[in-house]
Amino acid sequence: MKILLELNGAAATVDVSPWKRLLDVLREDLRLTGTKEGCGEGECGACTVMMDGEAVNSCLVAIGQCGGRSIVTVEGLATPAAGSTPEILHEVQRALVACGGAQCGICTPGIAVCAAHVIERGLVTGADDTTARARVRELLAGNICRCTGYQLIVDAVIQAARAITSARA
Amino acid sequence: MTETPYLRPRDLGEALAARAAHPDWMILAGGTDLLVSSNHKPTPVGMLDLWRLAELCFVRLDAGTIAIGAGTTWTEVERHPAIRERLAPLAAAAREIGALQIQARGTLGGNVGTSSPVGDSLPALLALDAELEVASTRGPRRVAYREWCTGYRKTQLAPDELIIAAHIPVPAANVRTAWRKVGTRRAQSISKIMGAAAITLDGGLVVSARVALGAVADRPIRIAAVEAAVRGVRLAEAGDAARAALRTAITPIDDIRSTATYRREVAENVVARFFAVGPGAGAGVP
Repeated sequence: MKILLELNGAAATVDVSPWKRLLDVLREDLRLTGTKEGCGEGECGACTVMMDGEAVNSCLVAIGQCGGRSIVTVEGLATPAAGSTPEILHEVQRALVACGGAQCGICTPGIAVCAAHVIERGLVTGADDTTARARVRELLAGNICRCTGYQLIVDAVIQAARAITSARA
Repeated sequence: MTETPYLRPRDLGEALAARAAHPDWMILAGGTDLLVSSNHKPTPVGMLDLWRLAELCFVRLDAGTIAIGAGTTWTEVERHPAIRERLAPLAAAAREIGALQIQARGTLGGNVGTSSPVGDSLPALLALDAELEVASTRGPRRVAYREWCTGYRKTQLAPDELIIAAHIPVPAANVRTAWRKVGTRRAQSISKIMGAAAITLDGGLVVSARVALGAVADRPIRIAAVEAAVRGVRLAEAGDAARAALRTAITPIDDIRSTATYRREVAENVVARFFAVGPGAGAGVP
């Protein structure tokens, strides 16, 4: 089945079984290997992408369902290079680097996508640091890091949220 | 090799016609159950994709009732101000179903259709005495949700029917509602036990109550023995009465997620707490 979708802002076409997982189509057919497979059961969030503006597990999306829809993967977070201007990483990606919010790295792309989504949606709320950190932990509960490096990941998300909020203010 | 047919109907009429013509096709919405480990599962005979079908995605406030379309996601349920305010147990359940990624795709119709004994919204639908609207090319019909489940993952849905909506009466001002889920961890866990209650009060007296539990039987159930035990009892004594009545009312099982002993003890605590008095009493959202 031919499926036409919007992928990271550009049109993409694939010709695959409608039952194939979006995750596999991204990695195998479209060669976007930034999206990782953790559990394949919707538990771990490593395969998180944005679908029509919501964070979803791409292992639980049949590609048939993606026709005409917008998908953003970790490859689509950065602002691409234009002319002599190099690629600019998303604020969340820079914060993850700055804070050391990654260990083995398998969960990192999913966390970057989910964190970018919740920050851009204005969901990271909290009057003080304690409530904001608790909120981040709830929002990112669907992204499991089996190296258990949560502390630095939460640091990075808080830092990115502050940077984006103050840039908009 | 012929390819699996995939249909995304343009409207409900087309969806019902396809359902009647292909009762063996998989009805797919958010895929949070049906696509688990799908790369290790056989390809379905056909796919009827109802994800985002406009006529199933709505929240409508009618006189004394809130109607929620079957295609409404848990994110939409949790964010909806009227549901948060008036159907608190359902909003609380929505917030604890999986995590963000699952809530963005899982739908009310999917939870009701899959009818797992651990479907998190199901005790809330029982406690709130929801009514389901289903339809086929033969026409629509309504089913009281308390009569919906007929066995382990079995429901009243006929092979040519689709779930359209849940119609939920808004509890009166003197009804206390509560919701509680207990899993292995605070978020993203399959429930060991969960329950909901709607308790009609007259001052300090329990007039009547609907108490429902999940993960203690082959389907989500109302606990008639508890409901009878608290009727006409002072709220201050209702928790103990509920606990005592529950002891012989359920027969939970040992399985991969928990033990019967644990489930029984926690179920008693959960139900007793629905009737608790004092600050944070009956608290829904943890």
